[in-house]
Order: sequence, then C-alpha cells, then structure tokens
Amino acid sequence: MPLAFDFRHGVHPPEEKELTRELPIRRMPYPDELVLPLRQHAGKPAKLCVKVGDHVERGDTIAEADGFISVPIHASAAGTVTAVEFWPHPDGSYAEAVRIAVDKYAAQVPRPRIVPKWEGLTTEQVVKAVQQAGVVGLGGAAFPTHVKLAPPKEYAVHTLIINGAECEPYLTSDHRTMAEYPDRVLFGIRVMMHAMGVKKCVVGIEKNKPDAIAAMQRAVPKDLDVEILPLTVKYPQGAEKMLIKAVTGVEVPSGKLPVTVGVVVQNVGSVAAIAEVFETGLPLIERIVTVTGHGLNKPQNLIVPVGTKLRDLIAYCGGVTPDAAEVILGGPMMGTAVANLDAPVVKGTTGVVVLAKHETRGETVYPCIHCGRCLDACPVFLNPSHLGDLARVGRYDEMTDAHLADCMLCGSCAFVCPSNIPLAQLFQASKAALRRVPAVTT
Amino acid sequence: MTAVTPPRLIVTASPHVKAADSTPKIMWHVVLSLVPVIVASAWFFGISALLVIATSTVAALITERAVGKGGTLGDGSAMITGLLLGLTLPAGMALWMVGLGAAFAIAFGKAVWGGLGQNVFNPALVGRAFLQAAFPVAITTWPRVGGPFMELKGDLFAMPFLHPVTNAITSATPLGLLKFEGKGTELMGLVIGNTGGSVGETAALVILAGGLYLALRQYLNWRIPVSIFITVALFSSILHLVDPKKPDALFMLFSGGLMLGAIYMATDMVTSPVTNKGKWVFGFGIGVLVVLIRVWGGLPEGVMYAILFMNALTPFINRATQPAVFGSATRLAR
Repeated sequence: MPLAFDFRHGVHPPEEKELTRELPIRRMPYPDELVLPLRQHAGKPAKLCVKVGDHVERGDTIAEADGFISVPIHASAAGTVTAVEFWPHPDGSYAEAVRIAVDKYAAQVPRPRIVPKWEGLTTEQVVKAVQQAGVVGLGGAAFPTHVKLAPPKEYAVHTLIINGAECEPYLTSDHRTMAEYPDRVLFGIRVMMHAMGVKKCVVGIEKNKPDAIAAMQRAVPKDLDVEILPLTVKYPQGAEKMLIKAVTGVEVPSGKLPVTVGVVVQNVGSVAAIAEVFETGLPLIERIVTVTGHGLNKPQNLIVPVGTKLRDLIAYCGGVTPDAAEVILGGPMMGTAVANLDAPVVKGTTGVVVLAKHETRGETVYPCIHCGRCLDACPVFLNPSHLGDLARVGRYDEMTDAHLADCMLCGSCAFVCPSNIPLAQLFQASKAALRRVPAVTT
Repeated sequence: MTAVTPPRLIVTASPHVKAADSTPKIMWHVVLSLVPVIVASAWFFGISALLVIATSTVAALITERAVGKGGTLGDGSAMITGLLLGLTLPAGMALWMVGLGAAFAIAFGKAVWGGLGQNVFNPALVGRAFLQAAFPVAITTWPRVGGPFMELKGDLFAMPFLHPVTNAITSATPLGLLKFEGKGTELMGLVIGNTGGSVGETAALVILAGGLYLALRQYLNWRIPVSIFITVALFSSILHLVDPKKPDALFMLFSGGLMLGAIYMATDMVTSPVTNKGKWVFGFGIGVLVVLIRVWGGLPEGVMYAILFMNALTPFINRATQPAVFGSATRLAR
C-alpha cells in the first residue's frame, strides 16, 4: 500500500528554515527607487503604457497585458517615472524596465477602486479580474495564474491542490503566510473553487510546519471541502508532479499537464494574492520574500514592494557577513545566483538567500564513478549518470531517447553527486541546445 | 565589521548547495575500513604480509603518478587498488612481482581506459589476473599461517627473473585442500582467518565488519554483497543436498576470497551496474559463477574470474535495467 502523502526518491538537503520560521512577516519601508521589468512572468512581456515624467499612484497600471498568456505590471509605490531602459534582470540578462523615483512624502494610498464581489462573478469575470491584477504563480515560475483558472474544456477538473510544501531549504514565506493569514488563503481558495466549479480542495503542507498546518486546519470553513494534508519532508515535494503523486497517488503521464488527471495546482502565495484582489481590489504590487542565509546579518520574512533592488533589500536586512559569497534568488536548490545586486525583486522572487562561503559548492569536479546515487535521488526516475555522460560529449539526440524532456531541473542529482558534477546545469544546457537544433526534414 | 553587500559574488548554476559526501571522502573511507583487514593480515602472516601490501600500494601510487592524468593521487582510488591487490596475494610472493602486478593494475587496469570512472574491469583484479598468468606458481605458493612476526615467509627479496629459492614451509588453502585432497577445514578457522590463503582474504569476520561500516555509511551498495551471499548460499546448498561430498553453504561463504571479493571488489562503483536492479543481477551472476568454477572448474578458487566476467557484462546489465520514467506508459500500466 503506497503512502498517499509521499513520492519515491528525492533528497534531504539541510532545511535551514530555523533562521526565519518563527519570525512574523513585517513590512519593508519603501526604497528611494523601484525598478519594474516588463518581463516578470512566463509568457509575453507586458506592453508599456506610461512615459518618462509621468506621475503614478500606488497600484496604477504601468504596462498592460499583451495577449492571454501575459499580465499587466503595476506601480508598487507612488512616484515619478524617471526612465524606461534596459536594466539588470534577476535572471542574469538585461531587460526593459521602468524606473520609478518613489515620492518620499506620499501617503502611498492607492486610488479609490471598485472591489469586485466574487459571489456574482462568472468564471470569465474572475479570470479577467485576476489577470488585470497581474497575479502570477508566486512559487517561483511566475506563470500567469488566471490561465490556470480556465483550463481547457475537454478536461474535467475535480480537485484543486494548493501547494504549501515549500520544500526548498531556507524559504519560509509560504509557511508564514499560512501560519499568519490562514483566513486569507482560505478565502482565495473559496474564490478559486467558485470560479473553477471545483468541489474538492487539498492543501499539501510539509510536516515541518506544524503551526501552519494547525492554523490552516482551524481556519477551514464548514461549508468548504478543504483538506489540509501533512506531507513527508523531502525535496522536491513541492514540484507539481511530485505533489500530485503525493496527494492523489496518481502519476501525471510523461509530457502531459496536470489537468489531464483532473487536477490544478496553485501556490499558497498566489492564492493569497487572489484573495487580496477580491478583498481590497489591490493588484499584485508586493509580495512576501524570505530574506535569509548564513551570510546575512538579520534574516527576516518581509513584505517587499515589487521592484525593490536587491541592494536595498539586503541593506535593510543588516547587510552581509564577511564570509557571504553567493546571493540566490529563490531557494538554493533551484534558485538563480545573481551577479548584479541592482537587479530588482520581481513577482516570482520567493526568497533572497545569501550563502556563506562554506555552504557553496566546491570548484573541484571529479570523474563520474557511477555510484548510482543520482538514480536513487531522481524523482522522475531518470538515469542522470548516463545523461551526464552523454551531455558532456554533446550526444543530445541520445539524451532525448533517455527522456531528457522529463527532467524538471530540480537538481536532486547534482545535490547528491559525490563527484560534484553539475548535472542540472548540463541538462539545462542540453535542453537549450536541443531547442536550437533545426528539425530534420526528410 | 559588516559590509552592506559582498565585494565579490560567486555565480553558479543551481543547485547551489551539495550533500557532504565527496568522491575522495568515499575512497578514503574505504581505505580506512581496510585498516583492520591489514592488521589481521599482519597478525596471521607477520611482516611478510605488510611487505607485500606496502610494496603493492607504493607501486600503485608511483604508477598513478607516472601515467595518470596528474593530480589524481588525492582521490584515493590508486591507494585502494594497491591495497586490494596486495591483500589478494600470498605472503611469500617475491616483491618485484608484487610491484609489477600493481603497476600493471594501474596502467592497464585503469589509466589506459581514461582514468578513474572509465575502466570496465576492476583494476586490482586486472593486476591479479596478470600475475596469475605471469607467475602461476608464485601466486599459488601459500606460506603457512602463524609463526614469528618477523619471519620472512618466502623469498620476498628475490631478484627479478631469477629462480626464487623456496625455503618456507608452505600449506594449502582450504579450497585447495578440498579440491585436490578432499579434506575439509573447520568452520571456526575460516571465520577467524587462521587458514592458508592470500594475506587479506582469510579473516572473514574482520572483512565483514569493514563492509558493514561502509554499508551503514552508504559508501558501498549492500545489494551486491547480499546478492552474492544469497546466491552462493542457495546454489551451494542445493548442490550439497544432492551430493553431500560437495561443500556446504557456510564453507563456500567463508573460504577463499569470497568475502574480500564480494565486499571490496564486486562493489567497486566504477565497474558494477549503476541501477539497483542491475546490482542484484550482477551479484547473482557472480554468485553462480563462483560456485560453478569452485565446484566444476579446474581452479580451486573462482572469485576473481567471476567478478571480472561480470564486470564485462556491466554495460549490458545497465542497459537492460534502466528505470521506468515517472509517468511513462510502463509505470502507468502497473
């Protein structure tokens, strides 16, 4: 009898959550300047609709959604647009961004707005409201949330799964959200269930957050079929397909979307953002970020205005220790290391982790000794050892045959590899190389 | 002093953290776990055993330095090869032969394949197979166990290519006794290790303890030795039932090089299958071959050839035991 709340394989990185798990969410003061890239979500970048010199109020649209798989960007503070230019993006590139000089003496009160009443709204109206509020998946991938609210008609969605696993080491923003604002999360769930016509919802939370589990269980309203399910503490428990396997016992077929098994997964933070839309009418202009790490002086869970530069955020958290070495956006397993601290916090930034030197990966790489640990770690049952051998000699076609497409780059293989082989990086590069290969026509 | 932002940033691909184990750490733990085996060999065969092991190890390290890729001494793998080869040789073997075997093991067992991780066959066993072919008499001349610690068990310091003077009292291994003279050996002696044989293969309990340590720390995969033990035990028990003159399971398990081979050589990560299913198959194959060679082969002992043969099959076993991918048709059908 397989356990209903687990998946096979996976790894146990040190959790390191004790730095911030007890710290209540606090609000960060507005920085002097905000930088808002037009590309903060998966899909088409937003279309600019302000010009240099314009004054914007907090919550004003500065860029509109460009198509269905796109969301608008809003000003996260009142101020003046000083420039629209290429600026360091958290993904390492430079991207078009709006720079706003924040008005120091503004009350930062958004313009009066109509708060939509969720009860009377059709699916389409909810989808539209969520899109206009710029809500995206706050778990890291930043996929527009409204798209998931309107799944293709040919699939019947029977269960909404809320992802509260937060399996990445260090991060505690979802944990604190559930522990402190369970009612808001459940209100978001109510709106989603209403919009999607789904009768059942399961919230999966790793067992290492007992206070969040308890708070959520207390907050479940009697008229909603919401189950709070404690999950085994294991990485990558929060990966969509692993979570579905753990909650329902069903494996999403390779290459298919979760909706094919009647399930839609949303992140806790996104659900709270939806609740915000229907509680206050405010768009997504700030998010909860765990700013932490052994290289940081004052780790905290903060409400951060989107567009805050990492430099300002780190300075607010007391600066870094002398042995700080690497700044990561997101968790240390799948996050991106940043080279430029002028890059801003964007909607998909779950955490900012400053690693101390001793925590970082060494530089020495040894040959693969075929120990097989990566096979025991891989949650999708690939053979990373073999794939790694193929990647290093560029045999990408054979990697396709070895199911490279099923790799979700969770990094479990590279985490356990005793030879320190950067397997996830090799696979990411191989996937990119394969995308560039022209289709052979015969 | 606290800086607001770090002066220099490391930028690497994810994951940015790593489990504590490293390849050198695994290798050096294997070396550490061999220390009791070496001590046991010195206890039973005296200074001669230490001379054989030391010569083999030093020759392996020098060869690694000379023909290896450079900077590879620190990974500990050459050390393991040298120690293991030394442990599989008789105490009285001429040291120049021992050194030659170790050099061959590193050069042709590992370096020509491309170094650590690339070789198909276990390097220590390649070295031993070479010695078996080159010096069949010397490698089967077993000095008697016991005697004063400082006693030299054979013509250890014979000059190369001169006829060695055999002056030590020799004995036979338990497997040789059984095969050629039809005599059994008391089980207790086999378990403790005060029997004839290679310097490091006789103390079964000590080897088992080392294997247990490595298995608990997950530095060896327990499936391989367990699979070998189960196969050997079952197969030889069946033969023993049919013909009681054939050795029983306990004799088979504790005699000869089975313990050393199953725990320290078959589990060589480089030359054994990478999948768990494959490890069971690999161990099964070794177990069957060991019994076949011991019972019906011309040689009294078959562990070395059994492992080398299964090493050759490892790529095929890997291919046949690939895991079924998450959400694939194979898994969904289950």
